[in-house]
Amino acid sequence: MSERSFLLEMNGIHKSFPGVHALDNVHLDLYPGEVHALLGENGAGKSTLIKVLGGIYTKDEGEILIDGKKVEINSVKDAEKYGISIIHQEIVLVPEMSISDNIFLGKEEGSSFMISRAAMEKKTQELLDSFNMGLKATQLVSSLNIAQQQMVEIIRSTFSEAKIIVMDEPTSSLSDKEVDALFNTIRDLKKQGIGIIYISHRMSELDQIADRVSVYRDGKYIATKTVKDTTVDELITLMVGRQMGNYYNRDYNECKETILEVRNLSNKNVHNVSFELKKGEILGFAGLVGAGRTETMRAIFGMDPKDSGEILIEGKPVNITSSKDALAAGIGLVPESRREEGIFPDQSIKFNETMKVLSEFIKNMRVDAKKETEIAQKYADELSVKAPGLYTLVGNLSGGNQQKVVIASWLAAKPKILIMDEPTRGIDIGAKAEIYAIMNELAKTGVSIIMVSSELPEVIGMSDRVVVMRSGEISAVLDRSEADQVTIMKNAVNI
Amino acid sequence: MSEKNSTLKNILASNNPVIQYIRRNGGIIIGFFILCVIIQINTPQFLTWSNIVSVLRQISTNLYLASAITMILIAGGIDLSAGAVVSLSSVVVATCMVNIGLPIPLAILCAVVLGALIGFVNGTIVYKTGLPPFIVTYSMQCICQGIAYVVTGAQPIRLTDKSFIFLGTGFVGGIIPMPLVYLAVILLFVWYVLNRTKLGRHIYATGGNEKAAEFSGVNIKHVRWFVYSFSGIMAALAGVVLSARMYSGQPAVGADAAMDAIASVVLGGTSMAGGRGFIGGTIIGALLIGVMNNGLNLAGIDSYWQMVAKGIIILIAVYVDFVKQGKKLRK
Repeated sequence: MSERSFLLEMNGIHKSFPGVHALDNVHLDLYPGEVHALLGENGAGKSTLIKVLGGIYTKDEGEILIDGKKVEINSVKDAEKYGISIIHQEIVLVPEMSISDNIFLGKEEGSSFMISRAAMEKKTQELLDSFNMGLKATQLVSSLNIAQQQMVEIIRSTFSEAKIIVMDEPTSSLSDKEVDALFNTIRDLKKQGIGIIYISHRMSELDQIADRVSVYRDGKYIATKTVKDTTVDELITLMVGRQMGNYYNRDYNECKETILEVRNLSNKNVHNVSFELKKGEILGFAGLVGAGRTETMRAIFGMDPKDSGEILIEGKPVNITSSKDALAAGIGLVPESRREEGIFPDQSIKFNETMKVLSEFIKNMRVDAKKETEIAQKYADELSVKAPGLYTLVGNLSGGNQQKVVIASWLAAKPKILIMDEPTRGIDIGAKAEIYAIMNELAKTGVSIIMVSSELPEVIGMSDRVVVMRSGEISAVLDRSEADQVTIMKNAVNI
Repeated sequence: MSEKNSTLKNILASNNPVIQYIRRNGGIIIGFFILCVIIQINTPQFLTWSNIVSVLRQISTNLYLASAITMILIAGGIDLSAGAVVSLSSVVVATCMVNIGLPIPLAILCAVVLGALIGFVNGTIVYKTGLPPFIVTYSMQCICQGIAYVVTGAQPIRLTDKSFIFLGTGFVGGIIPMPLVYLAVILLFVWYVLNRTKLGRHIYATGGNEKAAEFSGVNIKHVRWFVYSFSGIMAALAGVVLSARMYSGQPAVGADAAMDAIASVVLGGTSMAGGRGFIGGTIIGALLIGVMNNGLNLAGIDSYWQMVAKGIIILIAVYVDFVKQGKKLRK
């Protein structure tokens, strides 16, 4: 393999921001027709490196070679000129325009006075067909699901004659079937000699799609391995710089006392949901996306209306019709989508952490600033939130630290029952392990946790019992002795 | 700001409120002083006591609205109806006194209650329908302005009651104009709500991330009700004070008021996108607009040219702030 010449080389890249050496002598190389995965915890420097390549940031030092020739990339336009295309996590298509219009955006065909819509639509249709997408060129992007939109982005980047495509966590919101389709597309791209840089937190995908993998840690380049010759354990060790071992550590409690009982809960999304939660237990909720797990939690938390059913806390029926009622009843909910529902990005860590407990320090027409700082500091320490200070804006933190702030804000409210919806989605392994440890600690102190999760190893590793949902109903309640991947999946899918 | 050395950086990073204020509004404060110097050189009567008092009196009604709109913008909304409510309130207070013969306090109460009600309706519609506040309050602006014209036939209503006139033109202790006294109370109140109450946190939270606020147990409906009703009350009050200052109920008095207030708020660094803003910034924003108008007046510049100048200056000032914010976000 080393006989081939590199499509892209980045050598000795340095980039500093005030107070942070984000990239410290970082290296990356890429062959044509190769999928090169980048691994590293959040904050390891992957995104910064990609932004340097894409012209969003300008490097302080170092050289970038494309096809062996030294190039300067100082703007997004420069990057485009050299055939670099970046597909960001967030989709950047115009929803109210057709697929064809999106693909040709900025490169419309025709004369200056009249674009030739028909010609563009024909070309787009050919492209769509070549990817077996079953879509029409004239369809509006807003009518597509996320996976299809991602495909459109990929098609757009191949169409713009990209030689290098960067995919930043492309599978984070895709179902298994959609991931397969994406991987087939990637294999096609490889055949055309396009080099692909692939960022993902899902280690299991590497075997399927990547040729080589480079690991980064704390802004430094650690190593590059051929996927065939390495193991997941080795990669994790490289990423965290220490042996990880099994990070699902649970001290199982004897759970006897029932703290929460849900009886025949129904609304437009869920039917006849009944289950019990014991004191000090972690109750896993497994199921496919759309099985009604989040909707069940929203109904319990008073965010969605209930048509029928009862909720009992410590044996007493409670009437919860708003999140305020739920808080008062001792229920907390760490929402599924951190950015959209969890954080106040323009506000400080302190503001975020104390949002649910304002009454504890705003009393008698005055703010007890000391108490406020105390509360914020206590939970920031407890969750080891990594930030320069309590005044740091939460929008500037990494995903893992943002999630810790959200959890901290709920712990500050001292809930008896804590619902955690996808508590570790999109965060790195180190932060995951820390969150598991916190959950274990909470359960030990008698907090009861409901964990909704789509990651089976996590559900199996952390739960005392597992509730499986399917099309808005509970299909099984499994003890941890019976909860294995096969049993859970059998109950999660329609047979 | 490029000559910043590290000690200066350390000072700027501290959490002392005065330093925070300067850090947030540095650009506009400098601009404000430069403007003052230029005007003073051109027209030496600028820095005389009587002129300063007159400028402060002029900006005070703008600041009633601007302080309420600061809260609305922070909560993620906007209120275009405030100007029309000023007009309507002016008409209502005059009609109540002249045509119906109500005593002064009752007439003022009518105007204020009406203002609160209009704001409450704005807030309710925004909350219940989820329509963009821009559209809701713009419609309300048309309705209120229309009613103000209908009621008066577009003619001013003369007011002669001395004690009412005093509310707008009088002085406390012979030196401090009445409108400034109300202003001080309003600014203190808004500062207090934003910085010292749960409601204040809820306002920031609602504008910063509405869904997260809802998950946190914030009652979004109450926040909307409060900020829009307060805006209505402030607009009504501005209408009353302006009527007293002009000896008449004027159906067009608030025509540009909402936009002037919004401009002051945005000049003061409050984000149009919600979640971020400070009453202190709004004060300096309103001062800048007020002093600029005064300077152009003193220089004898035609009032239509003043509009042109105002547009240009707002554009420049907001752009400078935008660039500053953009740099921060990029980091």
